[in-house]
Amino acid sequence: MKEYETVIGLEVHVELATKTKIFCGCSTAFGGAPNTHTCPVCTGMPGSLPVLNKQVVEYAMAVGLATNCEITRNCKFDRKNYFYPDNPQNYQISQLYYPICRDGHVDIEVNGTKKSIGIHEIHMEEDAGKLIHDEWEDCSLVDFNRSGVPLIEIVSEPDMRSAEEVIAYLEKLRMTIQYLGASDCKMQEGSMRADVNISVREAGAAQFGTRTEMKNLNSFKSIARAIEGEKNRQIELIESGKKVVQETRRWDDAKETSYAMRSKEDAQDYRYFPEPDLVPVVISDEWIEKIRSRQPEFREEKMARYKEEFGLPDYDAEIITGTKKLADIFEAATAICGKPKKVSNWLMVETMRILKEKEMDPEDITFSPENLAKLVNLADAGTINSTAAKEVFEAVFNDNVDPDKYVEEHGMKQVNDEGALREAIEQVIASNPQSVEDYRNGKEKAIGFLVGQTMKVMKGKANPAMVNQILKELL
Amino acid sequence: MDLMSLTAVELGRKIKAKEVTVEEAVLAAFEQIESKESELNCYVTITKEAALSKAKEIQEKIDNGTLNGPLAGVPVAVKDNMCTTGVLTTCSSKILENFVPTFTAEAVLNLEKAGAVILGKTNMDEFAMGSTTETSHYGATKNPWNTKHVPGGSSGGSAAAVAANECSFALGSDTGGSIRQPSSYCGVTGMKPTYGTVSRYGLIAYGSSLDQIGPIAKDVTDCATILEAIASYDPKDSTSIKRDDYDFTSALVDDVKGMRIGIPKDYMIEGLSPEVKEAIMNAAHLLEQKGAVVEEFDLSLVQYAIPAYYVIACAEASSNLARFDGVKYGYRTPEYNELHEMYKRTRSEGFGPEVKRRIMLGSFVLSSGYYDAYYLKALRTKALIKQAFDKAFEKYDVILGPVAPTTAPEIGSSLSDPIKMYLGDIYTISVNLAGLPGISVPGGFDSNGLPIGVQMIGNCFEEKKIIRAAYAFEQSMNAAGKN
Repeated sequence: MKEYETVIGLEVHVELATKTKIFCGCSTAFGGAPNTHTCPVCTGMPGSLPVLNKQVVEYAMAVGLATNCEITRNCKFDRKNYFYPDNPQNYQISQLYYPICRDGHVDIEVNGTKKSIGIHEIHMEEDAGKLIHDEWEDCSLVDFNRSGVPLIEIVSEPDMRSAEEVIAYLEKLRMTIQYLGASDCKMQEGSMRADVNISVREAGAAQFGTRTEMKNLNSFKSIARAIEGEKNRQIELIESGKKVVQETRRWDDAKETSYAMRSKEDAQDYRYFPEPDLVPVVISDEWIEKIRSRQPEFREEKMARYKEEFGLPDYDAEIITGTKKLADIFEAATAICGKPKKVSNWLMVETMRILKEKEMDPEDITFSPENLAKLVNLADAGTINSTAAKEVFEAVFNDNVDPDKYVEEHGMKQVNDEGALREAIEQVIASNPQSVEDYRNGKEKAIGFLVGQTMKVMKGKANPAMVNQILKELL
Repeated sequence: MDLMSLTAVELGRKIKAKEVTVEEAVLAAFEQIESKESELNCYVTITKEAALSKAKEIQEKIDNGTLNGPLAGVPVAVKDNMCTTGVLTTCSSKILENFVPTFTAEAVLNLEKAGAVILGKTNMDEFAMGSTTETSHYGATKNPWNTKHVPGGSSGGSAAAVAANECSFALGSDTGGSIRQPSSYCGVTGMKPTYGTVSRYGLIAYGSSLDQIGPIAKDVTDCATILEAIASYDPKDSTSIKRDDYDFTSALVDDVKGMRIGIPKDYMIEGLSPEVKEAIMNAAHLLEQKGAVVEEFDLSLVQYAIPAYYVIACAEASSNLARFDGVKYGYRTPEYNELHEMYKRTRSEGFGPEVKRRIMLGSFVLSSGYYDAYYLKALRTKALIKQAFDKAFEKYDVILGPVAPTTAPEIGSSLSDPIKMYLGDIYTISVNLAGLPGISVPGGFDSNGLPIGVQMIGNCFEEKKIIRAAYAFEQSMNAAGKN
């Protein structure tokens, strides 16, 4: 078999974190009863007119600046015309001719190799509503709560050559946008969605092959699987003398296969034209500078600072800056308790363990840095032992409890009272003659059992170091 | 005293002076509506009960001094493409036969604030597409001067209602002449303001970049007074413009001394009726007598305005009217098996032939492969036309010309030849393409007794100049007993 190269370009939709919609004052909050976050504008009522939300422009500019784009000084909106019931006006207000950002790039690193991925453009547009199919009644209902929620679409150049590069690019975008606070970028919830354009060609060929577009990719894992699947499908077609058809395909992650949605021939003509209800957005140098000056510290700068300022090891700095949420918690908790390495340990070990166990993202964390800082202080001062601290942390993680109160209410304070410990240990020695015998005969391990028994008697609250010391003394 | 033959300002003055109550004025309007409506069909919806209860409310506010503007208590008719809360708003289309808006258009709100009492919604060409008010789903409106003739369009119901005293004044909308042309045909005064002066919020769009709401009234004084009431900067309309001032009535002075008036030679072309031409020349003469300097000049590009207009307006319309699909409001076909059949049947049954023609034309010029050749070229033409006007306004304060090549045609004579009907818009549409203000003032009658309108066009934001010229001309006509 010949050697093939995969060529990949991405269209990434990101839902922006504005409080209100792109063209009206309705809330963008999730979870409202159907059609409660709506008004004449976002339901396409006759006579209604759009008014641009300035925050959308500022977020788009911030993402553009962070990805080294040129900002279009006179950017315009266009109408994309197509009929579908989730689209109340039967046109989507988007940008085709003068998108807000162009010609940018982000740098990625895969297996130690650095690479720059070009960004063709970033444009602003409105999201559609949601169709709910009622199988029971055999009808469809429309919920316009999402209609008019602001999106940016980030269109890359066809610069990626492997699933690893695609994931690295997406990670980089996600991290950058999260750091900007422009979106939470949750793929599962749809606030970040990627369509993958993919083609294959013989290694060394000058021309690109015919591409297909893959939709319905809901996680990094499904993206990687879809790229692998589509690459193999295209190579098989070429190898068997057939041609790749330019088409849009839908990925079925459960079946790990894709099927054709529509070919280029029945591609819709969107009849784009300039949106006459909106005036051009004129972006001045001053405005760009204002946005630039507000850009936050990005991951690389943060990592360097954590090592420098807090003396965190590389490994810690990398994990903690891996999501903005963890970095924010780290900085806030450290500011309160002044123990960066201890805070870091809680985040890297226990937090990551529970997240993995519960299949949650760091963005889903609900506990406050204040409570984490309190826990660090309690453990550090020896008020609770490490076993108890883990238990308290679980409660902090799950219900954001106040550790001071929790420890008080559950009587979890470590017992450091020598008299009480001695009494308990004497009792344990008396009731476990065999283990005592074993220890005295040189079986060092037997002491572990006796420590455990003591902890049991003390309901886990004994100071383990003191238990060890007293046991050795009494034996 | 015939209250309905008074101008809006005269009636408002009598109401303020307590010579007439608001209820008397409103009842007089309905009396006239009831006697004329079966013959003329000016209205799609009449809201008598609401108007009478509003009359009481307004009277109280006038009595306690909270309302004292010139239009307080004056009965008004509103074109049926402006949204009115709780009142049917059809655009004279079957597809909106049951559409009741949840909000009121900003211009109408402004009128309500001024204390005007809404009598009902006036008939129009379906979605404002047409020049005769014959494309209405609710039947044609007749010209009050001769019911065998059309009232013009698309604001034909509004213009005819003013002419027939079925209201004291009306609101119309003008995308390519839809206020000025029916005003001309019906012998009333109608004005299209500078684009962006009156909010389009709540105006059901035809051609968004060209649409503008304006007054249709009995004289120039009424027009200026109404414009003062409805014009406002509206943050809900991104194309609304914050103007330096919203005073128009101070221009109502009979003085055109030194005013420079240009008549485009290009307007005096084949197809222009000699009687209309004579009326324009008479207007020029009267203004000259008052000290204006009138001369002819080459405006150029006039012949390109019609194709450019129909490409742009239809392109926008094809998109603006996409929302009428049977999903959310309005008419839905009773029988269908699946979504696309529902769309097709709803729109096939809900829209009339002229609307379908323009949607198809607009979809075509925007489709891939034709966009550059038609739509982009039309936009460039629009820019060139604006430049030609800019150049003209370096030399002239006001451009004088016809509103339409002829007086009102007979009912049934226009729709069979749409191209000919489109060509009739030649004098009005370039004003919309350039975003300029224009006014149509009565300038006499033809040999059949049908009114002829004279058009005065001003530079952007220079409504005052055309109001002054129109007012002076109107005074001369009144003095000569010609109106």
